[in-house]
Amino acid sequence: MSELRKISRREFMKRTGQAGGGLVFALTFASACQPDAISVGPAAKASASVAANVYVNIRNDGVVEIVCHRSEMGQGIRTSLPQIIADELEANWDKVEVIQAVGHETYGDQNTDGSTSIRKHFDLLRNAGATARDMMIVAAASMWAVPADECAAREHAVHHEGTGKSAGYGELVETAIGMPQPETATLKAREDYRYIGKPIDTIDGRAFTTGQAKYGVDTVLPNMLYASIERCPAVGGTVISFDDVAARVVAGVVDVIRMPEPTSPPLFNIKGGIAVVASNTWSAAEGRKALEIEWDRGENAAHESQAYKEDLIASASAPGTTIMARGDADNQTHSQLEAVYYTPYLAHAPMEPPAAAAIVNEDGSCEVWAATQDPQTARNTVAATLGIEKEQVTMNVTMLGGAFGRKSKPDFIAEAAWLARETGRPVMVAWSREDDIRHGYFHSVAAQYFRAGMDEDGTTQSWLQRSSFPSITSTFAPNVTGPGGFEPDLGLLDAPWNVPNMRIETCDAKAHLRIGWLRSVCNVFHAFGACGFVDELAHAKGQDPKEHLLEMIGPARKIDPTKDGGKYTNYGHDLDVHPVDTGRLSAVAEKVADMAGWGRELPEGHGLGIAVHRSFVSYVGAVAEVSVDESGVLIVHELWMAIDAGIVINTDRVHSQLEGAGIFGMSLALHGELTTSNGGVVEGNFDTYPMTRMSETPAEIHSYIIESDAPPGGVGEPGVPPVAPAIVNAYFAASGKRIRELPLRNAGLT
Amino acid sequence: MAIDFELNGEKLSLDIDPAMPLLWAIREIAGLTGTKYGCGKALCGACTVHINGQPMRSCILPTSAAEGVKVTTIEGLTKDGNHPVQVAWRELNVAQCGYCQSGQIMSAVDLLNRIPNPTDADIDEAMSGNICRCGTYTRIRKAIHRAAGDQS
Repeated sequence: MSELRKISRREFMKRTGQAGGGLVFALTFASACQPDAISVGPAAKASASVAANVYVNIRNDGVVEIVCHRSEMGQGIRTSLPQIIADELEANWDKVEVIQAVGHETYGDQNTDGSTSIRKHFDLLRNAGATARDMMIVAAASMWAVPADECAAREHAVHHEGTGKSAGYGELVETAIGMPQPETATLKAREDYRYIGKPIDTIDGRAFTTGQAKYGVDTVLPNMLYASIERCPAVGGTVISFDDVAARVVAGVVDVIRMPEPTSPPLFNIKGGIAVVASNTWSAAEGRKALEIEWDRGENAAHESQAYKEDLIASASAPGTTIMARGDADNQTHSQLEAVYYTPYLAHAPMEPPAAAAIVNEDGSCEVWAATQDPQTARNTVAATLGIEKEQVTMNVTMLGGAFGRKSKPDFIAEAAWLARETGRPVMVAWSREDDIRHGYFHSVAAQYFRAGMDEDGTTQSWLQRSSFPSITSTFAPNVTGPGGFEPDLGLLDAPWNVPNMRIETCDAKAHLRIGWLRSVCNVFHAFGACGFVDELAHAKGQDPKEHLLEMIGPARKIDPTKDGGKYTNYGHDLDVHPVDTGRLSAVAEKVADMAGWGRELPEGHGLGIAVHRSFVSYVGAVAEVSVDESGVLIVHELWMAIDAGIVINTDRVHSQLEGAGIFGMSLALHGELTTSNGGVVEGNFDTYPMTRMSETPAEIHSYIIESDAPPGGVGEPGVPPVAPAIVNAYFAASGKRIRELPLRNAGLT
Repeated sequence: MAIDFELNGEKLSLDIDPAMPLLWAIREIAGLTGTKYGCGKALCGACTVHINGQPMRSCILPTSAAEGVKVTTIEGLTKDGNHPVQVAWRELNVAQCGYCQSGQIMSAVDLLNRIPNPTDADIDEAMSGNICRCGTYTRIRKAIHRAAGDQS
């Protein structure tokens, strides 16, 4: 049965974020009849075309241009978003061309972050496709003078059964131009989907395998200069003096330019420093090496991560601010267990370090090509940096060579724009790996304190959790003293445990680095602590960890953290639409345990560990099988992961995200740690900040997608949080040793 | 003094700082951007090219060392982009962001040139110099096996 949804023009425009002015239908990209149409759409490749809305443009050569308004960073969004539109449009996939949108509010929310691309755009893009399809039907009906409801769209054409007439979409373009858009969009029934829920090949496969994919760093502009910027190691530090004599004589160096000083709070602003601009990257880097700079390291100069760790643990071990409570969490019935979990700073380390190129024109306008997750914020930041209107900034979005949250912070893009204006020439700012590791917006270091009270049976009756970490909000506001904003929503307030007495507190922690969001954000450390501690409780009780985990989750129910005083925003969704559903959490635990053969006889020295976590309104369970040899080498033999993300669009890309989450989770479990000295990050490259490599990769990462009719949840991030605790719990099963700190290499495990 | 070498079958004569790593000469002087920077210290393999058929990290190789050699990049691996490794990569949708994949493919091609039917252990040894932050390793393994099957 088809779902009939009436969507008014006003609503559609509101959903697309279009700021008034004209019907959506009239917003044609390619036809010149719209003088105020944004000039940045696809170039006309046919003699005529009609735009159904900002996402769909149908050409009279039959090609359907679909605009991808979100950034491609490996999640496959340039394939999966067009799948949604093409499905509702009844377009043939081989006649679809994908156009990457520039940063512009007409496209609505382009911030490719928080695993929102599908979950916040599924209905919108279905409507975009469906209204475009209905537009073709109305055009055909008009052309044939038959009732529209006797016509049907199928296989890139409209058909009329009574007369046997058919017309391809391309043939209908001329008629469709200027016609009013149908006000209703009939959405397809799920069983009629052709592309949604199918493993369609990534559209960029050929570009990826032939070196033709263009990332930010691959931008080439005529007469372009390349910049390399030496920045103060400590956040907020400034230049006292510098000597650029030696730098200026390096062959190829064109200029040495002092960057604007950093702001406090840092925001997305330029981080200061001295830039060397040259005719090529190598000369710029060589010139930079020849700089002599005296720094005032500023207010964070004393930041030492070892001492800070002790402060953080002390903070988490003392009472903090209660953010949610029910019953009496201090009621220690029979026995109690307490533990402190600690995780360090992390850097995103996308394989393509931050990169952007910019040109400032004579009229003061600026055009940018950037590897950006958030092109509208990048555009605004460039405008503010240059003191121009955002309408004067064109923000082209390249492919992103990984991002993980780093490329939603456009400081590097502001650098490129600023240097382009200073030099009067196009400038590429491409960060080195050391720049990337040392000058990021880092994942918070975090300490958590847990205390559980158990009855005579060992069943947990009370749960106290305290979380202390420097807050992302400190990057944007002064005088931030501890966790805040949306951070407690991320795996803390929505604790799924069926424990009658519970209190959750946050504890102070001042930020000394630029703190930012990294894939899965606070869920990483909250899941690590909670799933590790729940495993401890299982062993304290003498119960199988999986059975205990299911008991802790308890019966299937919907949790409302706001009932216990929590200010819970549920990733921007209504709890009625995306509930915190413990039944779905238990289901992924059951499924992943089943996949892993939980309870089977294991080889000597092997252990299985399980963890589950809900984040970005999706549910993921993970099981790891590990062993440790006498020299302390930890081997992750296999990983199993099960996700319930509601309706999924591209099953293959969901599997790939889980596989990737497994490796990303292993990197942070085994290796990831940044330390600081004198306010600056000590590590700088993959020798000191290692990544999981092929030699450590499990023999297989099994992934499973739970069949679901629920609205789509996130996919890119939810896989990461349960991986590290599954590994640590497996290590305990194998060795009897409990690890409460990451990375595992610090425990002598490599 | 100019440095002469062959890049993807074309003769080049570059008058550049001989210390400039080959990576930058390929990317910024010759204009082929398929070869990537990832670390600048031969730690990640994103810059892997073939020098006289041998895989090398171009980010630490001075261009002067390329004098008289034949350099092959991802763009020159095949004319049609259909090397069995490239085909297998596409069939299994190996790439996520794709950035490291030029280097991964160049390493994989070398592996198969040396060992036509590699074991998992062979793959682990040959491919561990190439980092993929997206975590595509299990698919890379499968794609190498598939390409080996296609070649044999």
